[in-house]
Amino acid sequence: MPNDHNDAPPAPTSYSFPPAEMDRIHALADTGTYQIRGLGARRKLPSFDDLVFLTSSVSRYPLEGYRERCDTRTELGARHGAAPLELAIPITIAGMSFGALSSAAKEALGRAASEVGTSTTTGDGGMTPEERKASSKLVYQVLPSRYGFDPADLRQADAIEIVIGQGAKPGGGGLLLGQKVNARVAALRTLPPGIDQRSASRHPDWVGPDDLRIKMEELREATDWSIPIYVKIGATRVEHDVKLAVAAGADVVVVDGMQGGTAATQDVFIENAGIPTLPAVRLAAKALRDIGMERQVQLVVSGGIRSGADVAKALALGADAVSIGVAALVALGCNRPSCAGSNGEVRDVREDYIALGTTAGNCSHCHTGMCPVGIATQEPHLEERLDIERATQAVVNYLRATTMELTALTRACGKSSVHHLEPDDLVALTIEAAAMAKVPLAGTNWIPGSGAL
Amino acid sequence: METLNCEVLGVREVNRALRRLPARSQVRVTNTYGKHNIAVGLDKEISITLGGNTGYFTGGLGGSSDGTGPDIVVDGFVGWSLAENLMGGSVRVKGSASQSAASSARGGTIIIEGDASLRAGISLKGATLAVAGNVGAMSGFMAQAGTILVGGNAGAGLGDSLYEAVIYVAGSIVSLGADAQVEELSSDDILAIKRLVEITGFDHIDPHRVTRVASARRLYHFSAQNHGSY
Ligand code: SF4
Repeated sequence: MPNDHNDAPPAPTSYSFPPAEMDRIHALADTGTYQIRGLGARRKLPSFDDLVFLTSSVSRYPLEGYRERCDTRTELGARHGAAPLELAIPITIAGMSFGALSSAAKEALGRAASEVGTSTTTGDGGMTPEERKASSKLVYQVLPSRYGFDPADLRQADAIEIVIGQGAKPGGGGLLLGQKVNARVAALRTLPPGIDQRSASRHPDWVGPDDLRIKMEELREATDWSIPIYVKIGATRVEHDVKLAVAAGADVVVVDGMQGGTAATQDVFIENAGIPTLPAVRLAAKALRDIGMERQVQLVVSGGIRSGADVAKALALGADAVSIGVAALVALGCNRPSCAGSNGEVRDVREDYIALGTTAGNCSHCHTGMCPVGIATQEPHLEERLDIERATQAVVNYLRATTMELTALTRACGKSSVHHLEPDDLVALTIEAAAMAKVPLAGTNWIPGSGAL
Repeated sequence: METLNCEVLGVREVNRALRRLPARSQVRVTNTYGKHNIAVGLDKEISITLGGNTGYFTGGLGGSSDGTGPDIVVDGFVGWSLAENLMGGSVRVKGSASQSAASSARGGTIIIEGDASLRAGISLKGATLAVAGNVGAMSGFMAQAGTILVGGNAGAGLGDSLYEAVIYVAGSIVSLGADAQVEELSSDDILAIKRLVEITGFDHIDPHRVTRVASARRLYHFSAQNHGSY
C-alpha cells in the first residue's frame, strides 16, 4: 500500500488480521449477524489430493485399458435381508432438498442417475412426485426436522437414510432463508411462507443409540423389512459413531467429511467443525473392520468428492461407494458464467453473479435463492434457466467420465473390480496425509503414528 | 373380533397381520407387554385395541395424508413417541404416555387420558394432541401446526420456538419457552375447545377457562437482537 508520510517500505500484511479478516469483522459490525452461505469448506485441508497410486510395473501387471473388464457394480444394504440397492457405479447422488434446489434441478439429477444406474436421495423437505418419477432408485431421508415426512412416500422408497449429521455442520440444524420459502416449499414443510426456517438438529422422537435401534426397527416394520436403512453421520468422532450406528442396526453407514456441502449454514460451522473426508474414510473403515462388519455393512463416503481419482482413493481406503453433492451441482452448471435455458438460447449471466456480490467460479450463494443458473432457486424466472434435458445429459456425461477415470486408475493398479483397490495401492505426499490415511509417506515406509521409522 | 397374541406371534407378525386386515376390521392385540413398534405404519381404517402397556412408537407412522387411518385404543401406558408422524385416524391411550408423545404428527387425533411426559407435541405438524392430565417440560417445542389441549398443568418452557401451532392449557403453566406468549381466548378458540372436549370426553375442562399459548413470531426472522432469547 502506498504510504504518503515517508519513504519507509510498506508494512507487511498482518497474518492474524489480513484485509479479508478485517472485512469480515466490519461485516459483523455492520450487520450484527454472522455469515450464512452454501457449499462446503473453502479452506485448504489435507485431502485425497495428497495421495497418489502406486500403479503396476514389474512387480504387478496392469489390466488392459478399454479391453479387460473392470467391474464397477456396487451393492448396498443387504445386511438384514432387505432388497439391496444394485448400482451400476459406486457414485451416488447425495441428499439435497427440493427447496434448496429447484424442482428442475432435482429432476435432472434423478433422470441422470437413473440413466447411469445409480441412486439419488431426497432432502430436508420430503419427496416430490417429480423426483420419485425421475429416479429409478431413490433414498428417502429421515431428518430431524421431518418436514413433509409421509409414510406413503416411505413405502415408495428404495432405501431409507436416517440423517444424524452432515459434514458441513455436524451437530447443527439446517437453515432455509425466507426468500426461498415460497408457497410450495412452505406447504411441504408446514411452515408460514417467507420465514427464516430453522431445522432441528436433534430428532424429535429419539435420543441416543439405544433409541436409534428402536427407531430403525419402527422404520423396518413400517416397510415390512423390505428396504435397507442407511445412517448418515457428519465426520467428528467417526470410530465411535460408526460402531454405534452398526450396533443400532444400520445396513449402510454414510460418513460425510467436512468438505461436504450444504445449501445454507453458518460459515463458522462450515470451516471449523468436523474432520476432513480423508481421515474420516480411514477411521470409518477401521471401525467396521474392528467389529467384523467390513463388507457386510457398506461404507459410503462423501464430502468434497470431485473426480474419479477421489473415488478411487476413497474406495482404496475402505469405502464401498461415494456420494456427491457439490460436484453434481457443478456438473448441472453451478458457477458457470453462462447458461442455456429451455429455449436453447445461451445467456451470459456474469452480471447476475456480480449482483449477488460474487463471480462465476466463486459463488456459494445458494442461501440467497437467486442462483444465476437456476439450480438453487425457487424463482420461476431463474428456474427456467435450467434446461432439464441438457442438464440431465451434462450430469450423465460427468458421471460416466468420472467412472472412466476411476476404472483407468483401477486397471492400472491391476485390479478387475474397483472394489479390489486397497490401502496398499496408495502412498502419501505429505506427512499429514500419511498420518491421517495411515499409508506410507511416498519413498519411505513411514506411517506417522505407527511406530516404525 | 379377531385376536392377535403378541407374545405368540411377535411384533413383526402382529404388524403383518394388521396390515393385511381389510378396512373396517376390528381386532384386539393381547399380551403386548410393553413391546415397541406395535401397530406402526398402518393406513387402513381399522379398529385396533392394544390390550395392555406398549413401548416406543406405538401407532407411529400411521394413517394417510387425507386424514384417514386406523383408530387405535391402548388399554394401558405407552413408551416414548406415541403416534409419531401420525397422518390420520386416531390413537387413544387409557393410561399415561412417556416422552415426545405425538412428535411431528401431521394429522389425526392423539388422546391421552393420563399424563404425558417431556416434550409432548414436539415438532407437531398439524395433528391434534389432547392430554387429560399434565404435560412435562418443553412440550410443544418447535410445534409448527395443529392443536395441543392440556387438561391439567404444563411444565417449564411450554411452546418454546413455536411456529403456528396453538396450545390450550386448563391448569397452570410453570413457564413459557422462547417466543411463546399467552393470548386472549377468542370465541373461535372456545368453539374449538368445546369440540375437543366432546371428542375426548375430557369434561373436566371448562372451555371458557383455558389459557391460549401461541407464537409471538419474534423469532421468525434472524436478527442479532434476538440472541438472548434463544
Ligand atoms: S451458482 Fe447457484 S448452485 Fe452454484 S453456488 Fe451459486 S447459487 Fe449455489
